[in-house]
Amino acid sequence: MDPKSVRGFVGNKLSFSEVAPKDGIRMAAEMAPEDVVAIIGASGLRGRGGAGFPTGKKWEFARSQEGTPKYTICNADEGEPGTFKDRLILTDFPELVFAGMAIAGRAVGAEFGILYLRAEYGWLREHLEATLERCRAANHLGKAILGNKDFNFDIAIRMGSGAYICGEETALLESLEGRRGDARNRIPFPVQAGYLGKPTTVNNVETLAWVPCILVKGPSWFAAMGTRKAPGAWLFSVSGDCKRPGIYEYPFGTSLRQILGDVGAENAKAVQVGGASGTCVPPAQFDRTLSPGDLATGGSIIVFGPGQDMFAVAENFQHFFADESCGQCIPCRVGNQRLLEAIGRMRKDGLDTDGERNVRQLAQTMTVASKCGLGQMSARAFLAILNNFSGELPGRA
Amino acid sequence: MDAQQTLRTEVEQLVRVHGRGRTALMPILQDLNRAHSYISEDAMLAVSDALNVPRAEVYGVATFYSYFSVKPRGVYVIRVCRTISCAKQPDYHPAIAALFDELGIGFGETSSDGIFSLEQTNCAGMCDQGPAMVVNDDAHIHLTEASVRTILNDYRHKAQAAQSAKKAQ
Repeated sequence: MDPKSVRGFVGNKLSFSEVAPKDGIRMAAEMAPEDVVAIIGASGLRGRGGAGFPTGKKWEFARSQEGTPKYTICNADEGEPGTFKDRLILTDFPELVFAGMAIAGRAVGAEFGILYLRAEYGWLREHLEATLERCRAANHLGKAILGNKDFNFDIAIRMGSGAYICGEETALLESLEGRRGDARNRIPFPVQAGYLGKPTTVNNVETLAWVPCILVKGPSWFAAMGTRKAPGAWLFSVSGDCKRPGIYEYPFGTSLRQILGDVGAENAKAVQVGGASGTCVPPAQFDRTLSPGDLATGGSIIVFGPGQDMFAVAENFQHFFADESCGQCIPCRVGNQRLLEAIGRMRKDGLDTDGERNVRQLAQTMTVASKCGLGQMSARAFLAILNNFSGELPGRA
Repeated sequence: MDAQQTLRTEVEQLVRVHGRGRTALMPILQDLNRAHSYISEDAMLAVSDALNVPRAEVYGVATFYSYFSVKPRGVYVIRVCRTISCAKQPDYHPAIAALFDELGIGFGETSSDGIFSLEQTNCAGMCDQGPAMVVNDDAHIHLTEASVRTILNDYRHKAQAAQSAKKAQ
């Protein structure tokens, strides 16, 4: 299957189209590794998978570790509902991602990288393998990259087998090591003891695609796109009730209202920002901005139009979490199931004061006591819907 | 050679490709799952012996991931996205009705001719172009009642052609 056949709509010009990946690799080949880390740090680039950890800091930690060999992993297990930007990046700009991985390897001292691709994107594999071959032929990967005998890096593609939890970096590592995708305890962090117990950086597809762009155009170019607190731009996956769903690039600090205007969704009743584990925003808050300090996001925006039953949305998301919980810890395994049942009941019978107290307590327990982000975040959408749209429940009008 | 011995030979070939370490477990199970439509008990035993991984752990991995199956499935596994952006599209329910009607089965079942298994999947990453489904490694977008019937017919013909080619050998 040709990946272009499902490429979809791109709503504005993407920064990624302005940068030649080989320029980024050349700069990294000519630079000292510490300087690469310093430039990425200075740009303010943060992880694009959702957690938003500063990339420069992650690389600095990995670089300072003594264990060898080190590994560089690209997390292409894009499974957050409503998120598909990595799909487009891997379709249109795979060389940029591989360049980002090679540069990460140079920065932290890793010579081997793995791209972990979700099973649902199996149709991308051939395209990515062919791109890897081209990169090797051009000496953008392999031994002595672009003439620097200390710059060796190659990449293997490994497939997931259908598990949302494996987008969580420690579960991803478990999967790569041939185990169930059960999230690990931290400490240690993957930069200390990751793949096979060795220092490992795990970065999102989009994060890595920004890396060569920042090297080529400079950290100040990147920082100038966003706000002072949140530098840079972001790719947003927009779907749901809007006229022009697709991929849009926006600088941090852009308001939700502006995005809704661009995508043709001025009459939205609610917007889910950040996927199923994100939050549901009512119209009164559409002037909020997309940035780490305000509406933090993995780049997913799902629009709900005037006719949408919001508790049907909550039930759909809850079904997702009940299904995808790895089952390792009780608050998440049992909590998500119980919350799903509770949403089903309240859609039918409404919610009295006792019932509401119970579900809020349950949500609180899941949030504070779950082992990893899946269980900690899974009640967010439901709570936001309960707080803003409880009038839609029977008996509450 | 009996069936079990054939499987052991097949697993040894996969070991030559992917290695004998624990990190080879996922790629080997993925290849077996693809070749046979599922991972049989014999296959799990052969993998356990070849990689020296406890049987319970092979079983644990084989039953954790949604793409793996320990029961036989059809040649084509259809995974329909059920997450909200797809599920709220007007064509979603008509497309599913067409799947049920064409295949004569429900979710979690395999058609009597052994060609199709029907499953639901969580977000397939086609939210902007739903309703969507993934059939083996191919994605299908903008599903409608009519397009579902056409897609299934194409796969049905492909499977039947492969079956008669096998018989002719």
